[in-house]
Amino acid sequence: MTKRIAFRNARLIDPASGLDVKGGLLVENGRIADVGPRLFNDAEPNDPEVIDCKGLVLAPGLIDARVFTGEPGSEYRETLESASQAAAAGGITTIVVMPNTEPAIDEPSLVDFILRRAAATAKVRVAPMAALTKGFGGEVMTEIGLLQEAGAVAFTDGDRTISNARVLRRALAYANTFGALIVGHAEDPDLTDGAAVTEGEFAMRLGLPAAPSAAEAIIVERDIRLVEMTGARYHFGQISTRAALDAIAAAKERGVAVTCGVAAHHLALNELDVGSYLTFMKVKPPLRSEADRAAMVEGVASGLIDIVVSSHDPQAADTKRQTFAQAAFGAIGLETLLPVALGLHHDGRAHLSHVLKALTASPAKIFGLNAGTLAKGAPADLVLIDPDEPFTVRESELKSRARNTPFEGRRFHGRAVKTFVGGVCVFDRRAKA
Amino acid sequence: MTPASADPFLKSSHLLGIEHLSVGEIAALLDLGEVYAALNRGAKKKTDLLKGRTLINLFFESSTRTQSSFELAGKRLGADVMNMSVKTSSVSKGETLIDTATTLNAMRPDILVVRHQDSGAAELLSRKLDCCVVNAGDGSHEHPTQALLDALTIRRRRGSFEGLIVAICGDVLHSRVARSNIHLLLKMGARVRLVAPRTLLPADADRFGVEIFHDMKKGLEGADIVMMLRLQLERMSGAFVPSTREYFRFYGLDHEKLKAAKPGALVMHPGPMNRGVEIDSAVADDIEVSVIQEQVEMGVAIRMAVLDALSRGLAVEGRSARVARKEEGAP
Repeated sequence: MTKRIAFRNARLIDPASGLDVKGGLLVENGRIADVGPRLFNDAEPNDPEVIDCKGLVLAPGLIDARVFTGEPGSEYRETLESASQAAAAGGITTIVVMPNTEPAIDEPSLVDFILRRAAATAKVRVAPMAALTKGFGGEVMTEIGLLQEAGAVAFTDGDRTISNARVLRRALAYANTFGALIVGHAEDPDLTDGAAVTEGEFAMRLGLPAAPSAAEAIIVERDIRLVEMTGARYHFGQISTRAALDAIAAAKERGVAVTCGVAAHHLALNELDVGSYLTFMKVKPPLRSEADRAAMVEGVASGLIDIVVSSHDPQAADTKRQTFAQAAFGAIGLETLLPVALGLHHDGRAHLSHVLKALTASPAKIFGLNAGTLAKGAPADLVLIDPDEPFTVRESELKSRARNTPFEGRRFHGRAVKTFVGGVCVFDRRAKA
Repeated sequence: MTPASADPFLKSSHLLGIEHLSVGEIAALLDLGEVYAALNRGAKKKTDLLKGRTLINLFFESSTRTQSSFELAGKRLGADVMNMSVKTSSVSKGETLIDTATTLNAMRPDILVVRHQDSGAAELLSRKLDCCVVNAGDGSHEHPTQALLDALTIRRRRGSFEGLIVAICGDVLHSRVARSNIHLLLKMGARVRLVAPRTLLPADADRFGVEIFHDMKKGLEGADIVMMLRLQLERMSGAFVPSTREYFRFYGLDHEKLKAAKPGALVMHPGPMNRGVEIDSAVADDIEVSVIQEQVEMGVAIRMAVLDALSRGLAVEGRSARVARKEEGAP
């Protein structure tokens, strides 16, 4: 029997096609069967399941292209299952997971492990990335072809920069043979060695080890040159400075095929949020100056920054309850990604559809995912969003196994109300737990 | 002899840094320091002000002089003093700094004096402990009692800070002593100059409201006080400066460079000194200019003043919580 769900009375936003109208959507057997402004307008559908969206936004489920979990190796921090629950609550239907686990995801059997564990335990789709170099050693490239066959959607050493330009050049050239996407991290490892924050007046007052923000642009500029030489598909996982953005803008202008992302916390927080040594504000790259934060918002608004990610990085108490210098980097963000991004819409910086594009159609295109659209025939990965609902972030209410949110007590407007993966409801905020 | 007033003049129940102290609080601490400096020069040095109180010296970084200075200060005020030296390795093995803090808290100390290699450690402990926390140096952040003892030494010699030119020379980048002194001296009306090669100055150092000099003679010109900083051994060879002999040539204080300063200028050093690196023995041992020994003496006095001032807050809280309730007739 065909399983049908009818959504009516929705504000349909599909950034992939530019659609933004009131209308309805029909799901059949986990796929989008019909969508449009006139659907279910006149008559009540006779389907067993009808969802009245009451004018709320119905959009493609979000794609978070930068998620660290602790599986395998550090399951006490986060599993694929717990990350997927947090994702579902954040309106995210696909998480692109980082290979930075123990062991590193650097061979096909491990990619297979992630996919099987995800199928068995995760509520949302999981797209694994694989390591670019063996054990993130920065020396020996991984089996890019075989890893791709096993299901790796991209190759990255995560939050480690490959310091050896010769190694990176060859890896890029080789990856291009397979049309593989490389995701880079831009922080000069020597300049940032031991640093906890961005160099400047505030770091000086706190007496914290600091690195210049130029450590980012130095690598961005190097990598752009290598991409121009090799023609590889290259994505900067996250940038955080105006200088890096300017370098990428110039490269795009020249026609170089590079894209970039920004972490939500770099849109909403600046270096002053470290306050009195709050370790939950210790992220990699570190929080930047207000001018750089504003440049990131501008970059998303102008479209020069292609996507917004959470950089979700769960850390346990033992690694965060330390002095700032000793504490681990990382902040969780799956459940605050959408609220932070919606801030750009509320502040009048970008149209709602433009904001959602950076969370749906754009990451789908960059990572080659069959997701992020309301097109007929596409998987029914959907999110129902109340873009105006006010709420306060309470660490105790988050679904992630880790507690290290930098947004505790912060007020936002707008979040996911219901989330569907393949037509199955995986999150319903109104449902009693 | 006990100070006449027991006014709890410090707003905070901790001393974590100079940055958030007011001019009035600093002046009051220095006044109290004077009282204890006089007491320490007498024959009967001991009071029972902190009798029954427990002071723990928690040192994650070894420092013989600061630790013994606090120990002596606590003992002269009649407190029970316990010294704990923690090797970093045992802390980093699974146990967090906060675990250490809660363990100590269970021992119910009244005052915890902490020295730690990381900035913010004292602040972190103060948030998790019920007792007063005194920062005895945290990373490159602050070392408030050092700045206070320096200030007491200066005030005794010069009367006030207004208009004094103080040149702080050397490794400002890694120095908590420099940061605390900059805050204190600027608050009290002095002019502060930083003299160092560019590798030993923080980026944006001028944002502190100080003048920056890279030429030591120019930096010392007309200075009333020359404050030398210790250059850590591991920073000497190649990492931040090429060699000790090059450093001494350009940034070591000798009589030749000191000539640029105001006649009768005072030379200070927080110790321990690297003779022949940042300071020439001929200057360090010249009792006409060097007040380095007096700094050590004032160290004990100012730490007594700090412990006294913080313990006043303790006494008041203790009474208000217990006695006040009794007075109101509550069970």
